[in-house]
Amino acid sequence: MSKRIDVKDLNVYYGKFLAVEDVNINIEAKSVTAFIGPSGCGKSTFLRTLNRMHEVIPGARVEGEVLLDGDNLYGPGVDPVTVRSQIGMVFQRPNPFPTMSIRDNVLAGVKLNNQKISKGEADALVERSLQGANLWNEVKDRLAKPGSGLSGGQQQRLCIARAIAVEPQVILMDEPCSALDPISTLAIEDLINDLKDQYTVVIVTHNMQQAARVSDRTAFFNIAGTGKPGKLIEVGDTHTIFSNPTQKATEDYVSGRFG
Amino acid sequence: MTSTLTPVRKRSALTKGQLPKFAPYVVLALALVVGAAIMAVIGFNAFGWGIVSAILFTAGLVGWSAAVEGGRKAKDKLATCLVVGSFLVALLPLISVIWTVLVNGLPGLLDPGFLTTSMNGVTGAFDNKSVEEGAPVVGGIYHALLGTIQITLLATVISVPVGLLTAIYLVEYGEDRPLARAITFFVDVMTGIPSIVAGLFAAAFFFAVVGPGTKTGAVAAVALSVLMIPVVVRSSEEMLKIVPNELREAAYALGVRKWRTILKVVIPTAISGIASGVTLAIARVIGETAPILVTAGFATNINSNVFSGWMASLPTFIYTQILNPTSPSNPDPSSQRAWGAALVLIILVMLLNLGARLIARIFAPKTGR
Amino acid sequence: MTTTSLTQSRGAGRAGDKVFSGAALAAGCLILAVLFGVALFLVVQAIPALVASPDKIQGGEGFFAYIWPIVIGTVIAAVIALVIATPVAIGVALFISHFAPRGLASGLGYVIDLLAAIPSVVYGAWGAAFLAREISPAYDWLANNMGWLPIFQGPASATGKTILTAGIVLAVMVLPIITSLSREIFLQTPKLHEEAALALGATRWEMIKMAVLPFGRPGIVSAVMLGLGRALGETMAVALVLSSGALTASLIQSGNQTIAAEIALNFPEASGLKVSTLIAAGLVLFVITLGVNMIARWIISRHKEFSGAN
Repeated sequence: MSKRIDVKDLNVYYGKFLAVEDVNINIEAKSVTAFIGPSGCGKSTFLRTLNRMHEVIPGARVEGEVLLDGDNLYGPGVDPVTVRSQIGMVFQRPNPFPTMSIRDNVLAGVKLNNQKISKGEADALVERSLQGANLWNEVKDRLAKPGSGLSGGQQQRLCIARAIAVEPQVILMDEPCSALDPISTLAIEDLINDLKDQYTVVIVTHNMQQAARVSDRTAFFNIAGTGKPGKLIEVGDTHTIFSNPTQKATEDYVSGRFG
Repeated sequence: MTSTLTPVRKRSALTKGQLPKFAPYVVLALALVVGAAIMAVIGFNAFGWGIVSAILFTAGLVGWSAAVEGGRKAKDKLATCLVVGSFLVALLPLISVIWTVLVNGLPGLLDPGFLTTSMNGVTGAFDNKSVEEGAPVVGGIYHALLGTIQITLLATVISVPVGLLTAIYLVEYGEDRPLARAITFFVDVMTGIPSIVAGLFAAAFFFAVVGPGTKTGAVAAVALSVLMIPVVVRSSEEMLKIVPNELREAAYALGVRKWRTILKVVIPTAISGIASGVTLAIARVIGETAPILVTAGFATNINSNVFSGWMASLPTFIYTQILNPTSPSNPDPSSQRAWGAALVLIILVMLLNLGARLIARIFAPKTGR
Repeated sequence: MTTTSLTQSRGAGRAGDKVFSGAALAAGCLILAVLFGVALFLVVQAIPALVASPDKIQGGEGFFAYIWPIVIGTVIAAVIALVIATPVAIGVALFISHFAPRGLASGLGYVIDLLAAIPSVVYGAWGAAFLAREISPAYDWLANNMGWLPIFQGPASATGKTILTAGIVLAVMVLPIITSLSREIFLQTPKLHEEAALALGATRWEMIKMAVLPFGRPGIVSAVMLGLGRALGETMAVALVLSSGALTASLIQSGNQTIAAEIALNFPEASGLKVSTLIAAGLVLFVITLGVNMIARWIISRHKEFSGAN
């Protein structure tokens, strides 16, 4: 249950403004790929184009191709809703639905789409998803309580459980730990390690140590200056990017000389 | 040899040239006493005493402050007195209205049968009898209460879907398009339509479509909807706007369609605010008189069909009982009924306002902490 | 797990989205249509009165001669209301935003909102039964001592049911509108400006004069305009309080009439051309209030853009 993503000549625009220019990247199945780079370099914007979430922002559009195991996400007749059910996303700040219980949050993807599911199947799915998100033991006794009553780190793992409950091929994570304390961050990082056995994971992070800890491959994005488009500078094995990058800018960034 | 001596002073240098803390109380006491003396000379009444004392208090405090603290501080004191005074002045009519309605309305409300009988068959002869021979005041507001509930209910049924859908369009689909901006502007303009014009519109519309002289509860409901829709749009729009975008994105990222996201995530999150806004809108239109006056006519009997026949309502009942008493020679029973109805109407409005606050609190998303 | 093709749609299809967004759009357009319909139906029903020969209209001198005294009367009542309500409302708004203790402020705001919650017919009844009676000695005093002013010319009405009383009741009714808008504007005053003024050693009043009032001026103007719109169109306070009559300059005699009250008092028994005449009067009122409200909204929207740029 995991697919690879190949991006070809992708440009992202906000209205007339070119935000990200000419990205080519191959993301392997069942691996963790980290996007790093300074603020405003377009890595989050680019991440959103991988499941067409950028379309939520008025005026945002793309040129180029994103292939999910060979199928173009931007091909004619492709429904963004179908894309998003195969490529899930976890956001910067934990955002469980405040009106729903923990259990209903996990089932949200199924229930909101009005799919019929028996109680037994639902119970199994809830347990499987929460197990998958390393949250089951902490919440199994209070599944009927509101999700917003959990701690920040638990909420974020609930959001991951919610994302894997719809059984996607790929999980995108947009700085999933930036709003969390170090202990919760560690729990999420452990979880990411487990997730790559089943899913393709793409994570945007500001934290280079985190990228080094969790990812197999790392992509470095940079921006020449304000008003200029963001670019993919270099992509490679995480070990190579951090120890022996080919580009000067990458070396400067990972060694902490700027950013 | 030299020891540093802290100069012993009675007051800190920072409080020099200030009025003592008790100054306002002293001036207030003096103003009340002098005010009472002046009123005793020209004829005492409590309202005049309050006014005269307030003027004396302001003059005394500002004058003292000008002498001790200087002009700038005195001006500040004057401004404070005026601002506090204007608030007290604003409270006067509120207290007076509520007091008047309570005192005049309770006898009517406590009259047996007031809430359960209509005015059907109640003529001036009964009222003359009650004044001249001391018979109990007959007749009640049952028909008007029923009419108000039916008309308001129908207006709500019309206004809420239209208002809520418009708010959804503005927040979820509008994206600052010219059409959305035009709707926002005209909704604002609509909130300023005089209520009687809304009534005339509904009347003119039904005269043209159904036939001249069409006056039913439904016409009144349409008139009230014209007044209610903009209120519902504005409050719902505010409530939908404060639903965090993160929740919408979370739903989209799960592969949920936009309309299901709105129905199942956005609206449930905002429902407490929307419901309380609707309740406030109902409270606003339930007391409207003019539009019902020109659209539903007057009725003295119970009419349970909003789509045919004249229909009474509480506000128009109050209006007609005051302006055209049932017995022109003995208006007191009519006036008693009018004040009783006014008390019922105010209680209804206050309950709705209270209800709105309760709804907002009870249905707010729970944190579970 | 079978892999699904991307072109496959699942769940409730795209139709649901189309239907729902269509319904939302339709509701929005319905509102525009209603506003347009208000104007259209009023015009259509008013035409007979506008084209009728002058002797058929009430008064026998045509629609214009009929409408202008009550337009003037409407303006007089509204102006009285604003002259009284504006300073009090600004005072109350300042009291709640800058003078009252923090904990009390929202509660006091709610008390003022209660003023807006009381139905207009109750205000009318209060004005007719209580205020008119209590205030008539004051009118006698005004007639005796300030009668040389045309607006206070005697003899004062014995019942107190004059346009001044109606104006006072209207003032009470528009007070909460002006107060709540002004209060909002005052609360938006940049804290930086306020603190800068206080740091210069300004007293509270000087700070308000330097920072709060200049910032709030456009807001106050539009709040007053919205109050004006309400006062122009308010029916019950006038219909119940004023004992109407011909246009007179004196505010303390009976006489004068407003458009809204004229309609309310006559429409229920009207028929034929009289209905058209009254609807035409309603159209005039609609146009006046629409103009006032649009100017007010325009000032607010301009102000919004201005403050947003800062």
